[in-house]
Amino acid sequence: MKKCKTLLTVGALFVLVSFSTFAQEDLLDLLNAQENPVTTYTIASFKGTRLVSGHSVETNAEGVLNFMIGHRFGAINSGWRDLYGLDNATVRLGFDYGLTDQINIGIGRTSFQKTIDGTFKWKFLRQQTGLKNFPLTATAVGTVYFNSSEWSNPDRDNLFSSRIAYHYSLLLARKFGEAVSLQLMPTVVHRNLVPTKEDMNSVVSIGAGTSIKVTNSLRFNAEYYFIPEGQISSDIGGLKVKNSLSIGVDLETGGHVFQLHLTNSRGMTEKYLIGENTGSWGNGDIHFGFNVSRVFTLKKPKEFRKKNL
Amino acid sequence: MKNIIAIVLICMCNITFMHAQKYLTRTGSISFFSEAPLENIEAYNNQVSGVVDLETGGMAFTLLMKAFTFEKALMQEHFNEKYVESQKYPKATFKGNIKDFDSFQLGSEPVVIAVTGKLTMHGVTKELSVPATLMKDINGNIEGKSVFNIDIQEYDIKVPSAVRKNIADNIEIKVNMVYEKM
Repeated sequence: MKKCKTLLTVGALFVLVSFSTFAQEDLLDLLNAQENPVTTYTIASFKGTRLVSGHSVETNAEGVLNFMIGHRFGAINSGWRDLYGLDNATVRLGFDYGLTDQINIGIGRTSFQKTIDGTFKWKFLRQQTGLKNFPLTATAVGTVYFNSSEWSNPDRDNLFSSRIAYHYSLLLARKFGEAVSLQLMPTVVHRNLVPTKEDMNSVVSIGAGTSIKVTNSLRFNAEYYFIPEGQISSDIGGLKVKNSLSIGVDLETGGHVFQLHLTNSRGMTEKYLIGENTGSWGNGDIHFGFNVSRVFTLKKPKEFRKKNL
Repeated sequence: MKNIIAIVLICMCNITFMHAQKYLTRTGSISFFSEAPLENIEAYNNQVSGVVDLETGGMAFTLLMKAFTFEKALMQEHFNEKYVESQKYPKATFKGNIKDFDSFQLGSEPVVIAVTGKLTMHGVTKELSVPATLMKDINGNIEGKSVFNIDIQEYDIKVPSAVRKNIADNIEIKVNMVYEKM
């Protein structure tokens, strides 16, 4: 009996000692056990709020103002007299602002057709893992375009509404791993005024794009908008309307993103990309272009609003 | 037989007692500060989990890298995407002990201690020994504070030459924890 007691005592002590070792060894496990599962949102599917010329799913964070300068030179095939297109540039200046992390508004002006555009952009679903899983990021974009150039035919009865056009896109993107993002962008462009009865006021298009990370500060991008046949019958300046295809790279240095591209489109908005582009890669109607964006934080996160935290 | 019951009871008391000596928080603060010629960068994380065991002198911390808030959203994106790669390495952890715990005496005034242990960040684990203070506040909570510096290159965090003047190699880290009894 005595032996048994001793044995039990030893046993109990052993349990105690081992428990105390356990308690010391696994404070981290204890913390992990206490943890609530969190949702991890996918970040940086694309570097900019534009893939090349059209929108990407990305939005500016709350309180961030993004100033964008877009530039498209003339076609490379325009010859030496125009320095291979460098003499003829179209420019878009734009401001986008983050009302919230997911809702942005924007305004811009393109020199081509002297068009002013106003945009509402809402990232309403985010790709996420963890507590909840969701495979896609989805963003809705709506833009109103106002063509402020002089009427081409001032003698006829011109309506104000004829200056207006709209576009609506649903952008769906997924980032696969760390390097590759794909995006689909079904889009409708509605023109209040079209040249003939055979031209549809609303042109439906499906776009696709990708962004591939090459290094931490270099990415390759491509963007294509396909317009199904039979929607646009009129020529523009004697040329058929073509699908828009652009390729480019993003170079990132601190607060700037430089996007350099080659494209068959001179426009920098969806309205131009879908239905107004006549450039053809095959004929050498290739335009060099760039976007430069610079962000300004107008409203700081709450941790930084009070001083000397 | 009574003896055995007594021993078992003592053991259980011991276990409960030990358990009661652990203090925990999930809302600790860790901030860091990088001072470089072109800009200063600071970030705050107020969702740090930490535990201190006053029975053994053990300490542990864990935090999510994505929970750091920066002044500029773009900095935050770069931090997560390019530097600490939070998709790949979501957490930073520390596990260590209070040095010379045998002579440690907790009071209502801050007591200077040294904490040694292992910091794991960006997939790299390094030994670390840092000064800190511990005190018991009027609510019976344990307050722990520490300020120390780390070298980001030791954790394999690479800074491209283009932004070398924006990001310091040596980063100051401030820890501010209020632990409650478990």
